[in-house]
Amino acid sequence: MTTAADKRMSLAEAAALVNDGDTLVAGGCCYSRTPWAMLLELLRAQRRDLVLARNLMCYESELFLATGAAGKLISSWVGIGLRWGIPKVFREYVERDPSLYEEWSHLSFGMRLMAASMGLPFLPTASLLGSDLLARTPAREMRCPFTGELLVAVPALVPDVAVIHVQTVDASGNAQIEGPAYMDVEYARAAKTVIITAEEVVPHEAIVRSADRTQIPGFVVDAVVEVPFGSYPHECHGRYEADFDHFDAYSERVSADGEAGVRAYLSEYVVQAGSFAGFLDMIGASTLLEQRRRARELVSG
Amino acid sequence: MTDAATPVELMTIAGSRLLRDGRVVFAGVGSPLEASVLAKRLHAPSLTIVLEGGSIGPRMLPGRLPVSTNEMRAAHDAFMLTSINDLFLYGQRGCYDYGFIGAGQLDQYGNVNTSYIGDPDHPKVRLPGSGGANDIVSSCREVMIMTRHEPRRFVERVDFITSPGYLSGPEARRQAGLIRSKPAAVITDLALLGFDERTGRLRLDALQPGVSEADVHASTGFELLMSDTVAELAAPTPAELAELRWLRDGNKTPAGQTREVTSAP
Repeated sequence: MTTAADKRMSLAEAAALVNDGDTLVAGGCCYSRTPWAMLLELLRAQRRDLVLARNLMCYESELFLATGAAGKLISSWVGIGLRWGIPKVFREYVERDPSLYEEWSHLSFGMRLMAASMGLPFLPTASLLGSDLLARTPAREMRCPFTGELLVAVPALVPDVAVIHVQTVDASGNAQIEGPAYMDVEYARAAKTVIITAEEVVPHEAIVRSADRTQIPGFVVDAVVEVPFGSYPHECHGRYEADFDHFDAYSERVSADGEAGVRAYLSEYVVQAGSFAGFLDMIGASTLLEQRRRARELVSG
Repeated sequence: MTDAATPVELMTIAGSRLLRDGRVVFAGVGSPLEASVLAKRLHAPSLTIVLEGGSIGPRMLPGRLPVSTNEMRAAHDAFMLTSINDLFLYGQRGCYDYGFIGAGQLDQYGNVNTSYIGDPDHPKVRLPGSGGANDIVSSCREVMIMTRHEPRRFVERVDFITSPGYLSGPEARRQAGLIRSKPAAVITDLALLGFDERTGRLRLDALQPGVSEADVHASTGFELLMSDTVAELAAPTPAELAELRWLRDGNKTPAGQTREVTSAP
């Protein structure tokens, strides 16, 4: 939490705010508004043993597990999407060692971050009751002290770092989100350190003119990084659609070669690309523009 | 002349007919969402669809159905886009009439497993997980489950209860604190199943067209209770099939058919 006026920095500088072993929560949901550029930067920086938490995870799950960047994942669902199913290498890792993965329901995961965002040690929920998820998590049954109703208490999850990608932010971190906010506001309030990447850094006056749309105040934000197409190949609401062809190619590679396919993907798009800009160059401007056009079809009037 | 309905189309259309107008349905992506969109377009124009990613009241763009429940396609023409916690908390508050999910594996009490096949400590297969399914079955008033009818899915006892049905019966469910919601129906490509209120066990209520009771028993890994009168579901109408296929592929209507698209809230 800092109040500096200008928190802009590079992806590499922001990555230095993340320490090995940290609990990191990544914003967005599945393949939507994922802070992909920041996640690739953390892989490039060879962070180790992170606990990666995310409400729904896409194939970053297996990129982080297979490289050792994450030693544990916390989520409610891991899959690329209906068409591609569960990431194969993630599945193999967890089948070998189920303790690598802590499984919650979507709302109970959300209530953990909500509790942390409210400065409370736990919250009650009506989820998880009667399920086998209850015994495999730190959640506990509790009785309401007023009505006696049986509920489940979930412990606050306080991330060391939240990385969140938004459409617009000003230099001091006042951030505006278009489309569903997912759990990003809770993440930003819950985490000790908050990194915002954005499609555009806009003047402070532009935020002031539309202050009712500001969802994350700058005083909880530590770093601001301008990264156009920063969720790509995932989608960013109103800006570009997810690149399903890229997912197809990734999935084919991993179903053919398993973990070696994951490494080859990273070698190409993280190591050889050299930077996120290099990755976007490999995707190519015509594809990026087409994905922008497709996004406009979905949000126009 | 339209081609015969596929098993998935049969199940989706049967599911769509169960949704009544003016209600709110929390739908999972895939067949439950398609059934909900179909219902809204054909007979329930005031049905409100809500989707896990924070989308309330979306209307899908034909040919651009979402592949995941939180993406832009799932937000198309929604009247409210909110946060995930907010979306689920309306459910916990009791605002959703139907919860409509799929199932990897389910048992005679409607308990659903989407986590592990085999011993969870030494699993044979890791599945995607609950996502919102556990929350949906815990909070939405009537829970409906749609899945292909296969012996490997319909098992005597699930390996892991990700999303509870009746557990081992209505008393077990009540004692577990599951008092806000109720398992209501299982819709498959072979049949429509209900729950016996006394035992909490699945009961065969109706057959898909051309399916025999023997077919259903052969595809079910446990003993199904039988309704006094097992009905036969009406075959999909050409209008239902055409509408569903249009939603899925976005191709224009065959000549001569009209398509009235209702634009209610």
